[in-house]
Amino acid sequence: MKFAVIVFPGSNCDVDMYHAIKDELKEEAEYVWHDSESLEGFDGILLPGGFSFGDYLRTGSIARFSPVMKEVEKAAKAGKPVFGVCNGFQVLLEAGLLPGAMHRNESLKFICKNVSLKVENNETMFTSAYDKNEIISIPVAHGEGNYYCDEETLARLEENGQIVFTYHGENPNGSVKDIAGIMNEKGNVLGMMPHPERAVDPLLGGADGLKLFKSILKQWRESHAVKA
Amino acid sequence: MRLKLEPSPDHIKEEKIYREMGLSDEEFAQVEKILGRLPNYTETGLFSVMWSEHCSYKNSKPVLKKFPITGERVLQGPGEGAGIVDIGDGQAVVFKIESHNHPSAIEPYQGAATGVGGIIRDVFSMGARPVALLNSLRFGELESPRVKYLFEEVVAGIAGYGNCIGIPTVGGEIQFDGAYDGNPLVNAMCVGLIDHKDIKKGQAHGVGNTVMYAGAKTGRDGIHGATFASEELNEQSEEKRPAVQVGDPFMEKLLLEACLELVKSDALVGIQDMGAAGLTSSSAEMASKAGSGIEMNLDLVPQRETGMTPYEMMLSESQERMLIVVKKGREQEISDLFEKYGLEAVAIGKVTDDNMLRLTHKDELVAEVPADALAEDAPVYYKPSREPEYFREFQNMENEIPKVEDPEAALVSLLKQPTIASKEWVYSQYDHMVRTNTVVAPGSDAAVIRIRGTKKGLAMTTDCNSRYLYLDPETGGKIAVAEAARNIVCSGGEPLAVTDCLNFGNPEKPEIFWQLEKAADGMSGACRTLSTPVIGGNVSLYNETNGTAVYPTPVIGMVGLVHDLDHATTQQFKAAGDLIYMIGETKAEFGGSELQKIVHGSIFGKAPSIDLENETKCQKQILKVIQNGLVASAHDVSEGGVAVALAECLMDAEGLGAEVELHGDVVAALFSESQSRFILSVKAEHQKEFERMAEASLIGRVTAEPELNIMVGGSKAVGLKVAELKKAWKGAIPCLLN
Repeated sequence: MKFAVIVFPGSNCDVDMYHAIKDELKEEAEYVWHDSESLEGFDGILLPGGFSFGDYLRTGSIARFSPVMKEVEKAAKAGKPVFGVCNGFQVLLEAGLLPGAMHRNESLKFICKNVSLKVENNETMFTSAYDKNEIISIPVAHGEGNYYCDEETLARLEENGQIVFTYHGENPNGSVKDIAGIMNEKGNVLGMMPHPERAVDPLLGGADGLKLFKSILKQWRESHAVKA
Repeated sequence: MRLKLEPSPDHIKEEKIYREMGLSDEEFAQVEKILGRLPNYTETGLFSVMWSEHCSYKNSKPVLKKFPITGERVLQGPGEGAGIVDIGDGQAVVFKIESHNHPSAIEPYQGAATGVGGIIRDVFSMGARPVALLNSLRFGELESPRVKYLFEEVVAGIAGYGNCIGIPTVGGEIQFDGAYDGNPLVNAMCVGLIDHKDIKKGQAHGVGNTVMYAGAKTGRDGIHGATFASEELNEQSEEKRPAVQVGDPFMEKLLLEACLELVKSDALVGIQDMGAAGLTSSSAEMASKAGSGIEMNLDLVPQRETGMTPYEMMLSESQERMLIVVKKGREQEISDLFEKYGLEAVAIGKVTDDNMLRLTHKDELVAEVPADALAEDAPVYYKPSREPEYFREFQNMENEIPKVEDPEAALVSLLKQPTIASKEWVYSQYDHMVRTNTVVAPGSDAAVIRIRGTKKGLAMTTDCNSRYLYLDPETGGKIAVAEAARNIVCSGGEPLAVTDCLNFGNPEKPEIFWQLEKAADGMSGACRTLSTPVIGGNVSLYNETNGTAVYPTPVIGMVGLVHDLDHATTQQFKAAGDLIYMIGETKAEFGGSELQKIVHGSIFGKAPSIDLENETKCQKQILKVIQNGLVASAHDVSEGGVAVALAECLMDAEGLGAEVELHGDVVAALFSESQSRFILSVKAEHQKEFERMAEASLIGRVTAEPELNIMVGGSKAVGLKVAELKKAWKGAIPCLLN
């Protein structure tokens, strides 16, 4: 399976995402600069964390205009897995591929630490390798992760099982309903604030994030096995 | 047309305008002699910044000579952007520490942020990929609103820059003491990795080669920053706010990636960061180091504002700029490379063979000065030195044990001291994991990061107990180096080398200069004995507010090599049943200790003694037992003594406790700050082999009851629940800030 790691000016978790795929999942990955106008040949699209364009305006609000985002939209429409972490999640929100918006953390401070997450929905292409309600430990590192949406959207998210991860125990940013990660209705676009790509190697304190990437791979293999 | 009327050369001399720029009468006379004429306004500016203490080390040079700067592994010592040490396999580690004290005192967020930005540029200008950041901070007591404001904003500034650029801030240290009330210290350190073949230098070789300017445009910010950094702070300092620069970490991220691509190009000849004294220092130093000259047309300098004068352009300290020299004819490909990152790289001059720095502006020659005169020929001062009276007085005091009624209450109150208390409030604001190499995160003795693709790691720390240095700068200097090395060793690393940041008061005062000299003596001695040469650093003098100096604070940044990441060790106890050992001898030593400060409200007496030979022996033993896989946890005993060290070993050890038996005087056994002591835990099955290899006393064992129980001389001295210790230790700083 071949992943594109989208690199915006100011992305800085691109390296982490790339190595999670190459070294731990042991699949193919390639960096794709933000001005690229094609994502052909990629089976999955990863939007890494960082501070795209410095995030001096609203987080992710400039990156959504990068040429590559048209291709990301196409890939999403085509049903390919599109996965945004942290700033990548923020970009997906700004691009309208996921509903809702971000506020600054309630503490008004950047926060970097391991948090506990609950897998709310394990019937997705991103979480099939987890148990339902499994509690996992994944790091967060953000200043603007306080997810917010209107009540109607929230009701829809809940109804459709689009809330994939919630914070368990401590909510680090004040997000509505402890939301840590959501997907689109179709189930092929996932955005989350915590960084599973930072939790793929026990040497660095835990590997709970690896199952997420394994889930994506599993789904891809199954769907391609059928075609073949 | 000149937009601003600048004083004429005669006027500068007659009205002594050079004094406002920081040049003395003698120095101005020296400039006149070098040029054989009076300098114009721009030239006076060039000399004043280049001859400031910050750029020339004119007051500290005689002291810096004391440091050992060579070693088998040293590839680059002091004099370039950062020092470089070989770590085998064709790789090297690049690191440096630098101060940003004065800007941070005036404008804490930007002062700290640009301190981080500057040190990162020093590292990537050598061609290295920055992989970690550390810092060392000093503030007054966390009581006044002003100090709280400085503390919160400095931390936010460090976080703002480091997080955005995506380099993990993995370690640091903070002390709080009234001595820093008006003059906080903000030292930032950056560590980078490089392949030997990619090492670049800031040298302008090759007559006819092109001088290019890359990165952010030049504005009027930070003019005379280097001069400002070389003055004492006073009520008027607030007016120097315009001398503080504003950082743009996004711009620097782009510049970093562009420069790391650039260093792979054979078109590149030399590269240097425009740091302190901006365009002036980078051009003069690159020419001087190469024995060449540089000619620049200032009309071509990208400018953020209109109507900038040569003086303003040359002295601006706008951030995120680089000066590069490229082979003639290759300019376009360099511009294209930067263009990809949305950055400008433009030709502004060329390398010449006449050793002059020559500047033109609007078709006029506006400065013509020998590059060496600026970069190398600053006067060197041998300042008078005098032993302060307090020192003799302190040396004549007997070691006295502070009176403690209730050891448990004393332990809890020590854990609440901001200097000892958990710094989680601070480091949870730093992204310490980005780049996914952080094996040991902040909160243990030293941070450890992996070198991707190898089994190896780098251990790194910053350290300095300035209270000891105040009492006795020579002994304190030794301790600072030794303690940094202890942190590295306890984390499983072999100490490699040191970068230092000498934060002192006004060197024109003989007592301050004496502190500087003595501290350097102590540090040099320790660096020699521990085989950790000084490969670079920074001097920050004039750290005084309204005439009162900070404690002498030579911060040590040390990097060690972890040969196999299996050796990476943390301070936390690991499992019930493990044996607890202590290495080192406890004496009644409380001079400059946390306990003394709590009990008496001041520090006095002798600093704890240190025997460097013994220190080296202990450290070698510890590293050996760690490398032999015999150690479960290791922690050095520092502020607050053994009781605090034991508590720290339990803070993140889920569900564990300890039972320990000590001997001698209760207060000394628990809280003395005797040096060269370590707490190690060892699996019972390793007992025999461990005891064969290390001279250590078995003092207790790790238990499954989350309690810390300490007996001294057969009676119970401490019996506290870990939860209670944790509450005091973790809650202290957030509690003081709310």
